[in-house]
Amino acid sequence: MTETVLDVRDLAISLCDGPTPVAAVEGVNFSINRGEVFGLVGESGCGKSLCALALAGLLKAPMAISGGQILLEGRDLSTLPPHEMRHLRGNKVSMIFQEPMTALNPLMTVGDQIGEMFVLHRGLTARAARMKAIEALEQVQVSSPERRINAYPHQLSGGMRQRVMIAIALACDPALLIADEPTTALDVTIQAEIVELVLDLCRARGTAVMMISHDLGLVARICNRVAVMYAGQIVEQRSAGDIFTAPAHPYTRGLVDALPRLGRRLERGQERLTEIGGVVPAIRDFPQGCRFAPRCGRVTPECGAAPVSMTDLNKGGRVRCLHHV
Amino acid sequence: MLNVLLRRLVQAALTVFVVITLVFLLFSVIPGTYASSLQADKRDVSAEVLERIETELGLNDPLPQRFGRYMAGLAQGDLGISYATKRPVADMLAGRIWASFRLACGAILFAVCIGLPLGFFAAMRRGTWLDTATMSLAVSGLSIPAFWAGLVLMYLFSLKLHWLPTFGYGSGGLRHLILPAITLGIAPMALLARTTRAAVLETLNADFIRTARSKGMSERRLVLRHLARNAFVLVLTTIGLQFGSMLGGSVVIEKLFAWPGVGSLLIDSVGLRDLPAVQGAILVIVLFFLLINTLVDLAYLVVDPRIRYR
Repeated sequence: MTETVLDVRDLAISLCDGPTPVAAVEGVNFSINRGEVFGLVGESGCGKSLCALALAGLLKAPMAISGGQILLEGRDLSTLPPHEMRHLRGNKVSMIFQEPMTALNPLMTVGDQIGEMFVLHRGLTARAARMKAIEALEQVQVSSPERRINAYPHQLSGGMRQRVMIAIALACDPALLIADEPTTALDVTIQAEIVELVLDLCRARGTAVMMISHDLGLVARICNRVAVMYAGQIVEQRSAGDIFTAPAHPYTRGLVDALPRLGRRLERGQERLTEIGGVVPAIRDFPQGCRFAPRCGRVTPECGAAPVSMTDLNKGGRVRCLHHV
Repeated sequence: MLNVLLRRLVQAALTVFVVITLVFLLFSVIPGTYASSLQADKRDVSAEVLERIETELGLNDPLPQRFGRYMAGLAQGDLGISYATKRPVADMLAGRIWASFRLACGAILFAVCIGLPLGFFAAMRRGTWLDTATMSLAVSGLSIPAFWAGLVLMYLFSLKLHWLPTFGYGSGGLRHLILPAITLGIAPMALLARTTRAAVLETLNADFIRTARSKGMSERRLVLRHLARNAFVLVLTTIGLQFGSMLGGSVVIEKLFAWPGVGSLLIDSVGLRDLPAVQGAILVIVLFFLLINTLVDLAYLVVDPRIRYR
């Protein structure tokens, strides 16, 4: 029996600093089930981080939610008053960020920063929170946690700090963990370790994970389902296996082809890795019709005529393309 | 730790040596001596008397000899005898250091108590009228000459409202301290307001503040536990520098308010070409600056765990 933890319906996020709001993200629909790992992929600037911040209620002016619903366990977060959202944040939905170097408070011990979660959401005393913090550090596999609890962030390595971030994020057993490029800033050697750690801990807790990444390979490997974003829209949403082996949208196809894979180039007789020509358009310059049309190899006149909507694929999943494969 | 303090001590000795030497050289270049300043004072002093005074004080000795004599005394902790009062300079300073120190403390207290909150609220209400008003105030505070501000305050609160005494030290109570302290504190207050605003804005944009928000805490807790201390670390240096340079900066204010501190002694003594007294006053000002700087470094050890001195 699958239970929906997060249901995002028609989410739109707009830049509200001019006379008329400009939509940076629109028509975003997806849902995540309990314990599921859902991937959100796209180039920088496609709106994936905005979606993440919106889900946690952390959008900063001039960005604001301008439409749609975010249902977390049936409650609409987009209309929740700030103080109620505050109780859910960190408690029901928490986040880990890209930069472990700067995401922790430099003047507080990691013990205090983890323990704070228990003080905030479980009403524990500082003393009891400290004990729980040691436990939490142990769970993220930090050695000698009772000693490390007194360390300041600058005394820890990047990987260690990210472990602390994970301990903070999972301290209150949230229903949803949003991981915004959690390994991008880390050494390649520990990236896999950190990802495995997040997945293991979430599996044990039944926490759903929204993994945001520009690394399609990573996402395809660890996620159940994947949504690909381009220029503020989801362009394809499939099971992870399908998206990798049979991408339907030309953009996804481009992403998959751009992945370096052992032996693959030789097989095709290629000299170099494939790339997608051009860049993601700026928010104010989104094309009228299909937003990928200017960079697309399969483009026809009708692509630019009107906004393209998502259509169901026979093989399962949805795609936003008139000429999908 | 001890190492640092030792190094500071050596640094201080070097700084003092350089400053004292510079003042000595300066005094040998500017026209006039203590004896001629007596004449300039329109006192009827005959040439023979002047001659005798100069010989007695050793003013006619060659520069290296005078310098060596003073330095030898200083090395033994002897600040010399004032030409004008014939009293030991150390005794003259003793009574004045406390007065100057009180004034500096009052001024920095005013600057911190007003400047920090102003800058903080300006940053929190960025772009509002409060922000604009505070920053205009800060710019005015920095650009208004202190002695003029002092005159205005004097006119308003003493002459018109009769709330506070016009000038003088009184019997050492707080009432006499208020106006000079505020006058001296205006510029540091304005500077602190600006620095604090910048520091708070910088900290607000920091990643760890976003992390703190994502933990789901109240704005109050966010500000108190995560923002304030981090922003304060950025402001601490400015507070220290302002406080340290307060004695030097108070020279004009002390004169204006007839405050019997080191600053007014300095001005009077320069006029009289009373070199030992000038050297003594400058020594106090320099040492105070060095002392406060060291204290700020020590304070950093307490507030910022990232800082360790070797």
